[in-house]
Amino acid sequence: MRRFPLFASLVALLCAAFFLVPLAATVNFSLRMRRGEISLDAYASVFRDDTFLSVLGFSALASLAAIALGALLVVPTAYWVRLRLPGLRPLTEFLSLMPLIIPPVVLVFGYVRIYGTASVLPLTMSEAGTNLLLVIGYTVLSLPYMYRAVDNGMAAIDIATLTEAAESLGASRLRTIATVIFPNVRSAIMSGAFLTFSISLGEFVITSLLNRPAFGPYLVQMGQDYAYQPAALAIMAFAFTWACMALMDFFATRKPGQGLLPFLRRKSP
Amino acid sequence: MADQAPAAALPRAAAPALRRVNLSWLGVVPFLLFTTLFLIAPIFYLVNGAFRTPEGAYTLDNLVALTGPDIWPSYWLSIRLSFTSAALGCVFGALLAWALQLGGLPPWVKRAFLTFAGVASNFAGVPLAFAFIATLGRLGLVTLILRDVFGFNLYGHGFNLFSFWGLAITYLYFQLPLMMLMMMPAMEGLRREWREAAESLGASGPQFWRMVALPVLAPSALGCFLLLFANAFGTLATVYALTSANFPVVPIVLFQQIRGNVLYNPNLGYALALGMVIIMAVSNTLYFVLRNRAERWRK
Repeated sequence: MRRFPLFASLVALLCAAFFLVPLAATVNFSLRMRRGEISLDAYASVFRDDTFLSVLGFSALASLAAIALGALLVVPTAYWVRLRLPGLRPLTEFLSLMPLIIPPVVLVFGYVRIYGTASVLPLTMSEAGTNLLLVIGYTVLSLPYMYRAVDNGMAAIDIATLTEAAESLGASRLRTIATVIFPNVRSAIMSGAFLTFSISLGEFVITSLLNRPAFGPYLVQMGQDYAYQPAALAIMAFAFTWACMALMDFFATRKPGQGLLPFLRRKSP
Repeated sequence: MADQAPAAALPRAAAPALRRVNLSWLGVVPFLLFTTLFLIAPIFYLVNGAFRTPEGAYTLDNLVALTGPDIWPSYWLSIRLSFTSAALGCVFGALLAWALQLGGLPPWVKRAFLTFAGVASNFAGVPLAFAFIATLGRLGLVTLILRDVFGFNLYGHGFNLFSFWGLAITYLYFQLPLMMLMMMPAMEGLRREWREAAESLGASGPQFWRMVALPVLAPSALGCFLLLFANAFGTLATVYALTSANFPVVPIVLFQQIRGNVLYNPNLGYALALGMVIIMAVSNTLYFVLRNRAERWRK
C-alpha cells in the first residue's frame, strides 16, 4: 500500500485555493449590489447598459475581421511554404513568432508614428483607416497562434498528395487551396480562431491607444466608475475565456473529416 | 479532343523553369508584405528613432538617458517586479507540476488542474485586475475575512494591492498556471528507471533530486523562468486597471508617452521602446535556447 501523498496534497490544495478564492470572491462581490441580500443586479445593470452592447459588438466584429484576415494570410502562406518553399520556413516561422517578443505597446507606438498624420499611408486620419489598423494589430497579435495552429493542421494531412490529386483533376491553384486544403485545415483554423477571439475581444493596449470604442477601454472605464459591475464583468470574462479555450482544445484535437460532436464520432475499426 | 490534350499539355511542359520559380516567390509575397509593413517597419522606425536627435542627427544620448534618473527607476521597478513574480511563479508552478505528475495524486486532480490552468494562464488583462480587487482590495473578500474572522488588518500591516507585492501576487494568477503547464512535460520526462537506478546504487531520495532530477530539470526551469519574466515585463493592462496608470513600470511609462509625450522628447520614447524590445528579445531567445537544450532528455 502506498503512503498517503501528504506533501503533494498540500501543494495541490494550496494552489487550488489560490486559483479558486479570487473567483469565489469575485462571484460573491458581483452578487452584492443590493445591500444586504444576494442579487443579480450587477449583471442586469451591465446588460441594460447600451454602451456595453455597442462596445461588445464593435470588439466582436473587429476580432472576427482579424480572424478572417489572419486565416487569409496564414493558410496560403503555410501551405505554399510547406509545398514549394521549405527553405523559407525558418523565415516565416520567425516572423510569425515575432509578435511574442514585441510587446503590443511597442507595436502600436510604431503604428501611430508610421501611419499617423504625416505619413505616406495616413491610416489613423480616418475612422475606417483606424479600424483597419486595429484589425491589423489584432491579426499581428494572434499571428503566432494562428500560424502554429494552421501549420500543425497542415502537418497532419498530406498536402503534397492532396495537391497532386486536385491538380490531376484539373483544379487551379486557387481552387485547390479554397476547396481542398482549406476544408482540411478548417479545424486548425477554428482552433486558432478561438484563441485569437479570446485575446482580441478584451484587448486594451492597442485599442485604447488607437482610441477605438471597444470592449477593453470600456472595461477599464467601468473599473474606474463602478464597484460591483466590474466583478460581474470579470466573471463573464472568465467564463468567456473558458469557453474559448474549451472550443480551441476541441478543434485542435479534432481530426479532419471527423464529426462535429465528440459523441457522434464514427468508431474506427 | 485528341488534338486538345497535347495542346494543353504543351505550354505547361514548355514553360521554362524560371517561370515556376517566379510564381513560387509570389506565393509568400502577401505574408512578407504584411509582416514588413506591420511588424518590421514599426520596429525599425522606433529603433532608428532611438539613435537620432530630434533634429535627425545620429546620437547615443537617448540610450544613455535610459540609465539616467528619469527612466532608470522605471526599468529597475519593472525588472524587480517581473523577477519577483517570475520567481514565485517558477517555484510554485514547479512544485504543483511535481505534485500532479509525480506526487501520487489521483488522475482526476491532474485533469482538473490542467483544464483550469489552460484557462487561468489566458485570463489576464483588465478582468484579472477586477477579480483581485474583489479579493484583496480594501473591501475584498479575503481582506474582510482576515479582518472580521481573524482580527488581522491586512492593510494596517502595510499590504496594498495597488503596490509592488499586490501586483506580484496578481501576476502570479497567470504565471503559476503557465509554469505548471510548461513544467509538466519536463516532469514527465523524469524516468522512473533513473530513480530506480539511483536507488540501486544506494542514492537517497534527496541525493536523487540533487544529483539527477534537478540537473535534468534545470534547463527547463530556467527557460520557463525567463519566459515568465518576459511575460510579466510586457504586462500592461492589468497594471493599468489596478493602479489607474499610477505605477511607473516601463510599459506604463511608454503608454503615457504615446498618449501625451510625457518625457518631452519623442526620441527618448523610442529609446524606451527599444530597451523594452531588447529585454523581451533576450529573455525569449534564451528561453528558446534552453528549451532546445532541455529536449535532449526527452527522446
